[in-house]
Amino acid sequence: MSRTDVVVTGLGATTPLGGDVASTWDAMLAGRSGVGPLTQEWAGQLSVRIAAQLAVEPSEKIDRVKLRRLDRSEAIALIAAHEAWADAGLADTGLDPERLGVSIGSGIGGATTLLAQDDILEASGPRRVSPHTVPMLMPNGPAAWVGLELGAQAGVHSVASACATGAEAIALGLDMIRAGRADVVVAGGTEAVIHPLPIAGFASMRAMSTRNDDPERASRPWDKGRDGFVLGEGAGVVVLERADHAAARGAHVYARLAGAGLTSDGYDIVQPHPEGRGAIRAIAKAIADAGIAKGDIVHVNAHATSTPVGDVAEIAALHAALGDHPVITATKSMTGHLLGAAGALESIASILAIRDSVVPPTINLDDPDDKLDMDVAAHKARPLDIPAVLNNSFGFGGHNVALVFTRG
Amino acid sequence: MTRDEITSGLAEILEEVAGVNPDDVAEEKSFTDDLDVDSLSMVEVVVAAEEKFGVKIPDNEVQNLKSVGDAVTYIESNL
Repeated sequence: MSRTDVVVTGLGATTPLGGDVASTWDAMLAGRSGVGPLTQEWAGQLSVRIAAQLAVEPSEKIDRVKLRRLDRSEAIALIAAHEAWADAGLADTGLDPERLGVSIGSGIGGATTLLAQDDILEASGPRRVSPHTVPMLMPNGPAAWVGLELGAQAGVHSVASACATGAEAIALGLDMIRAGRADVVVAGGTEAVIHPLPIAGFASMRAMSTRNDDPERASRPWDKGRDGFVLGEGAGVVVLERADHAAARGAHVYARLAGAGLTSDGYDIVQPHPEGRGAIRAIAKAIADAGIAKGDIVHVNAHATSTPVGDVAEIAALHAALGDHPVITATKSMTGHLLGAAGALESIASILAIRDSVVPPTINLDDPDDKLDMDVAAHKARPLDIPAVLNNSFGFGGHNVALVFTRG
Repeated sequence: MTRDEITSGLAEILEEVAGVNPDDVAEEKSFTDDLDVDSLSMVEVVVAAEEKFGVKIPDNEVQNLKSVGDAVTYIESNL
C-alpha cells in the first residue's frame, strides 16, 4: 500500500464511567451505567433531571488556580490529552514540535463559561466579567490549550460537527499525517455542557429521555422503551502516529486507523436522511478508504443515541452498507451521549475491543425494537475476534463520519 | 489601614487569583517578574483590590503599579 499508514499509539479519556481509559473500559465491560440524577438546585425546574456526569472531577487532577482560567471542556481535554500523551510515550523522544499537530473539537464549546459570565454581567456589571472569558468560551480553546501544553507547532485545529465532532477531529488527524503535515497528531473531542440552558434546549426539541425516576435505565438504544438521549460530559483523545515513525521508536501500537468516510446529508438541519443515504455513503467510503471489504467489518460501535427515529435509521443504514453479519453495540447505553466527545470515546472503545477481542455491551436492551434485525451484544460483553471495527458518528447539521480501525 | 494590612490584603487576593504563596508577597516584589502574575491575572487582581479596599484603580494607573509596594502606596493614598 503506497499510502501512509497511520496507527494509534496512545489513548486518554475522562468520562462518566471513570477518570481515565482503564477505569472507563473496565466499567464498560462490566455494563455499568454512568447516568445519575441531577441534584443541582437548578435541575428542579427542568423536564430532564438526569445526566451522565464525570466520574472524577477535574479538580482532582488540575489545581484550583489553573482551573480558574479553563472552561470545563478545556480542563477535561487537557486531562485526556496528557493521559494519551503519556501512554504514547512520546515525551523526551526528540519529536520535532513542528511535526506535532492537534485536532480536538467540541460540539458546543465553552457555553457554561458564556452563561456564567453573562450571569456576572447582569448581576455586577461589565467590569466584573473575567478577563479569561474569551479564551475560555472560544470553541478552539480545548485544542489550543492541548497544543500549548504539548508544544505542538504543526497546526492546532478544532472542527465542529455537533455529535460527529470527535470522529471528524480524528479523521482530520488522519488527513494531516497522510498529507505529510505532521508525524503525530493528538486528536479527539471534548464536551461539558451540563447546564440548564443546553438541557432545556435539547429538551424543547423532545430529543432527551425524561426517565427521571430510573436514570441508569434511561439510555436504552434500540429498546422499544427508549425516549431520547441522555446528556453526558467527558473527553476522549487518541494519539495518531505515522506507522513507520511509531515502528522506528518501538512504540506500542493499539490499532491502525485504516480509513475514514465523511459525508453530509444536505437534507435537514436536525433530522437524518430517512433512508440514511449520507450515513451509507460515509460507511462505504470509510471501508473503501481502509482498503478492506465490507465483510471484514465484524463489529460496529454504532452512533445509536437512544432516540426513537435515529436508532432504527442507523440500523437500516448498516444493513444497506454492510449486510447483517457484524456484532453491533451502543456504548452510549452506559456513557450517555457525550456530543462532541462521543466519536472520540467510541473510537477508544472500538480500539480496545480490537485489543481485548471483546465487544462491550449494550445495556438496557430489554425489549428490542422490531426493526432491530442485527446481532447486538446485549446486556453482557461478548468475546469476539475483531480484525476490523467500524465506528459511526452522526451530527445535527447532517454530518456523517465513519471510521475504520484495524488490528495494528 | 496600615501598609502591612494592605500588603496582607493584596497577598490574599494574589493567592486566590494567581496561586501566589502569601509568604512571597512583600513590598519590593514585582508582580510580573517575581510573583509570576500575568496580564490577565493582573486585571483580576486590580478588580478584586478595588472591591476589597473600596478604591478606584483606573486602567492608566495599573501600568504604574509594577511592585506590590507601588500598589500599596496607591491604595493607601486613595483610601
